[in-house]
Amino acid sequence: MSDDAKYATLLLVLFITACVAAIASLLVGPAAITFLDALAALFSEDSSAIASIVNEIRLPRTLLGILVGAILGLSGAVLQGYLRNPLAEPGVIGVSAAASLGAVFAIYTGLSALYPLALPLCALVSAGVAVVIIQVLAGRGASTLTIILAGVAVSSFAGAMTSLALNLSPNPFAALEIVFWLMGSLADRSMVHVQLSAPFIVLSMVVLLSLGRGLDALTLGEEVAGTLGINPRRLQVLAIFGTACGVGAATSVSGAIGFVGLVVPHVLRPLVGSKPSRLLAASALGGAVLVLAADVFVRAAFPEREFKLGVVTALIGAPFFLWLLMKHRRQIL
Amino acid sequence: MRARMCSGTLCLALVALLVAYDRVALATDAPERVVSMNLCTDQLAMMIAERGHLISVSYLARDPQASVMAAEAGTISINYGQAEEIFLLKPDLVLAGTYTTRTTVSLLRKLGFRVEEFAPADSLEDVRANIERMGKVLERPDVAQALIADFDRRLSAISVSDNQPHPTIAPYYANSYTSGRGTLVDAAIHAAGLSNVGAELGLRGTAKLPLELLVVSRPDLIMLGRRRASAPALAHEIFEHPVVQNLMQSTSAAIVPDRFLMCGTPHTASAVELLFDARAKHIVEQTQ
Repeated sequence: MSDDAKYATLLLVLFITACVAAIASLLVGPAAITFLDALAALFSEDSSAIASIVNEIRLPRTLLGILVGAILGLSGAVLQGYLRNPLAEPGVIGVSAAASLGAVFAIYTGLSALYPLALPLCALVSAGVAVVIIQVLAGRGASTLTIILAGVAVSSFAGAMTSLALNLSPNPFAALEIVFWLMGSLADRSMVHVQLSAPFIVLSMVVLLSLGRGLDALTLGEEVAGTLGINPRRLQVLAIFGTACGVGAATSVSGAIGFVGLVVPHVLRPLVGSKPSRLLAASALGGAVLVLAADVFVRAAFPEREFKLGVVTALIGAPFFLWLLMKHRRQIL
Repeated sequence: MRARMCSGTLCLALVALLVAYDRVALATDAPERVVSMNLCTDQLAMMIAERGHLISVSYLARDPQASVMAAEAGTISINYGQAEEIFLLKPDLVLAGTYTTRTTVSLLRKLGFRVEEFAPADSLEDVRANIERMGKVLERPDVAQALIADFDRRLSAISVSDNQPHPTIAPYYANSYTSGRGTLVDAAIHAAGLSNVGAELGLRGTAKLPLELLVVSRPDLIMLGRRRASAPALAHEIFEHPVVQNLMQSTSAAIVPDRFLMCGTPHTASAVELLFDARAKHIVEQTQ
């Protein structure tokens, strides 16, 4: 089988898996609804209980799982290619935590109640600041250690500010919501959240997917990339804007879901070969599969509990992260 | 003239003696420096204690959303339930709840203070028992009995027999919590001739009612608190969810301010009355 055919097959398999996960996501919930009823409800116009459960409670959750997972996987692949660092990922380098802080600012000051768009925009700006800080602190092609330290600094600062803001809120519920912003969840999100975040996420996916050629050229070094007609400055702006826009909008409705952007590109890299461009679409699909599966697991395993999505992704991601570090150390030694 | 002065002095002496005797009598009878550090004991003590004997209540007692007696609490000094401030007040009786400020209570006991703990009321029977016990520890049993009599009179005015209709009601709070079996809210719902959706679903205590189950259970009424959030939080976003909005439009609402049910006090009868009125309104709407 040729390389291209193999790649096409992989994408097809990932796509089918994502569809299966999405269907599972529509079927799992506290109210028992059969597959056929759910399917019928999805295309019906009536306002029966089943229709409103499927269309207004489960469908937004499924759509957000796809969108949030796709953008996290994709931005992980882009950041790893662009910063040429295997540990670059929105969660690890603090972009998600910073986006959470922006969203917290918008919601708890009451700004988002007046202007709903303030929610994704504040998260986006805050995430953008974090990416720029990481780049200034660590630079491209920086050592793994530098980027981790910079990420720890940004993450802990943003996390601390989030906790502080919520602790100072006079609303007694706010302090409990620290967990949501630091761990993420898709519970009881509505179509309003989909409408708020989807345009930004889709826009950033288009931007990030278009960076494939530039990222491929960058693997040959910046000068060679220049001779191939790649403008490094433009690539930088688009990578930063795309990540901030997508991760910002996703985090503003789902909280910070960690490790997706780390695990997915690493699992898929051996399957797509060394070209960064091929990793992009595959990581977007893989991210959607991971987040959808984690969300189905959360609902099926602990239906009575408010179990956070970030807990599941961290349970998968943290050991993986350690394994990556060990492998990396061995390579250095 | 001299005799008159003498009798005057005698009178004064007698009055002084009487006052002194009264003081002694009071000191042996009722605690005179009572400090309460729990919202529920605050309210019961304010209703039962003699004026001036309750010297401090918790800061929550002044919150008009949580306390029925916020105005009265404004005239009494407040505490934040910390051992140090309670110690400085030199109380001869400390009233506390069984769930909150545990470490403070054990510390105060170690320091030799008399602490009376009150369990939160989970039923109307608990409400009566707590009122009665408060009367006992404050040495004002007659005041407590009068409150109980009034409470029972209000409740007996509401009587719904088993064969009369019991519309279903779903209490729905921030973060999609509801009240299941074994809660004061459940007890008030039953007393008002309604049937609690959460209890029927087998929920116990204050528990989550998933949005999907709320939709499936199709309650006749939805019970909302009238608590306005002091600041925004995600917890209240659930009320903006289109599904909940639809439900609130198509279902009659019973608005029962949280303060009537947050603590079991004689005012819990107000909650039962409000629920009963909502039931009556719903039944009228159904028959039209």
